[in-house]
Amino acid sequence: MKKIPIEIIADKIKSAYLESCVMADKELLALLQKALRQETNNRARNVLKLILENCRIAKVKTRPMCQDTGMAVVFVELGHNVLISGGTLEQAIHRGISTACREGYLRASIVDPLNRKNTGDNTPAVIYTKLVAGKTLKMIVIPKGFGSENMGQVKMLKPGEGTAGITEFVVAAVKKAGANPCPPVFLGIGIGGTLDKAALLAKEALFGIDLPVKKEKSIAALEQRLLRAVNKLNIGPAGLGGKNTALKVKVKTYPTHIAGLAVAINIGCWCHRAKTIEI
Amino acid sequence: MKMIKKLQLPLDEKTIGSLKAGDEVLLTGSVYTARDAAHQRMVKKLPLNIKGAVIYHTGPTPAKPGEVIGSCGPTTSARMDAFTPLLLKKGLQAIIGKGQIGEAVRRAIKEYKAVYFISPGGCGALLAEKVKKNTLVAYKDLGCEAIYKLEIEDFPVIVGLDSKGRSVSS
Repeated sequence: MKKIPIEIIADKIKSAYLESCVMADKELLALLQKALRQETNNRARNVLKLILENCRIAKVKTRPMCQDTGMAVVFVELGHNVLISGGTLEQAIHRGISTACREGYLRASIVDPLNRKNTGDNTPAVIYTKLVAGKTLKMIVIPKGFGSENMGQVKMLKPGEGTAGITEFVVAAVKKAGANPCPPVFLGIGIGGTLDKAALLAKEALFGIDLPVKKEKSIAALEQRLLRAVNKLNIGPAGLGGKNTALKVKVKTYPTHIAGLAVAINIGCWCHRAKTIEI
Repeated sequence: MKMIKKLQLPLDEKTIGSLKAGDEVLLTGSVYTARDAAHQRMVKKLPLNIKGAVIYHTGPTPAKPGEVIGSCGPTTSARMDAFTPLLLKKGLQAIIGKGQIGEAVRRAIKEYKAVYFISPGGCGALLAEKVKKNTLVAYKDLGCEAIYKLEIEDFPVIVGLDSKGRSVSS
């Protein structure tokens, strides 16, 4: 048994949350620079330059890249030989998010859904926990912005609609979202399972959670097909036109019922933030 | 390469009339922040003189000690669509935000000779550099959703909808 005190977990969550709000990771910067190299639309090029400059200033000033420092989403993989001491995992995560918000000058954006009263410290987080073998606690910490989250959709397609139906649904959703989710966007597409499972698959796809080590050729082809299709929409950076509407599309599937074909799209803004912790 | 226009707020009628959708502009002057919760209250009783005012759809992160403001990029303007035409009717001259706005707002912008500026989404760290002063005006209890008066300098925007009803995306 490996014993992990909640103080350690809270501290790691805090650092990861703060860092992901402020620092653009290497992959994101590479994708943005590639988009700038390929982009021919002048307005789009100017927006991409501003975005890259924004990432630089955020890092230098230790200031969040975006004022929407998100709703915290945490994917946990808990080794069955880990013993969390001093409280529950949920308490540890919430303590970490709360401290990050208060000490890191992040925005408290979380409210009761009906009376809209703010919780004041950006808690609670949305937490998904999976039990795995071993004695490692792995957590992927995501500040998920709502300009893009609001543009997500789930649809129960008929099985006969197949990949053509999926493509049509995804393209329509991105078109409807337009400039709202702060393009160039990242797209997570969940296919299969039940209504709720498809939505979760979409979020897992968006953040690369637990994807198969070896991707099936048909999935890779579908991702490429979707990326090409949405990049023909000419929405572009900030919605001002251009060939970079999406930077990346990821698909995650799960078996489903003979009667159904659930599909969900989870959109992420260009400010794609996630940080992995292992203890 | 077109010259980027530098404009002083508030704008005069002639300047508003000369702006075309797609123009890149640098704004200097006063703007008021307001987003969802502030709009819900504002339309019941205005806490500021809206005539000739500019509203910026944003909810900044808190300022660190020694700084004017935190990250302060635009939020999705369409969420304020239900409230914006009334504010335009009462004299609001411009909004700054992001995304497409609805048909009713587009018509109101044309009718009241106003303008919708688009600011680059997700660039709050950079835009914070353009804010020189930040004063609380109303609704302190709303935290990041309170109304603040910001003094901005060379704040980069693009004309999304001009006073003739033309849109940058069409």
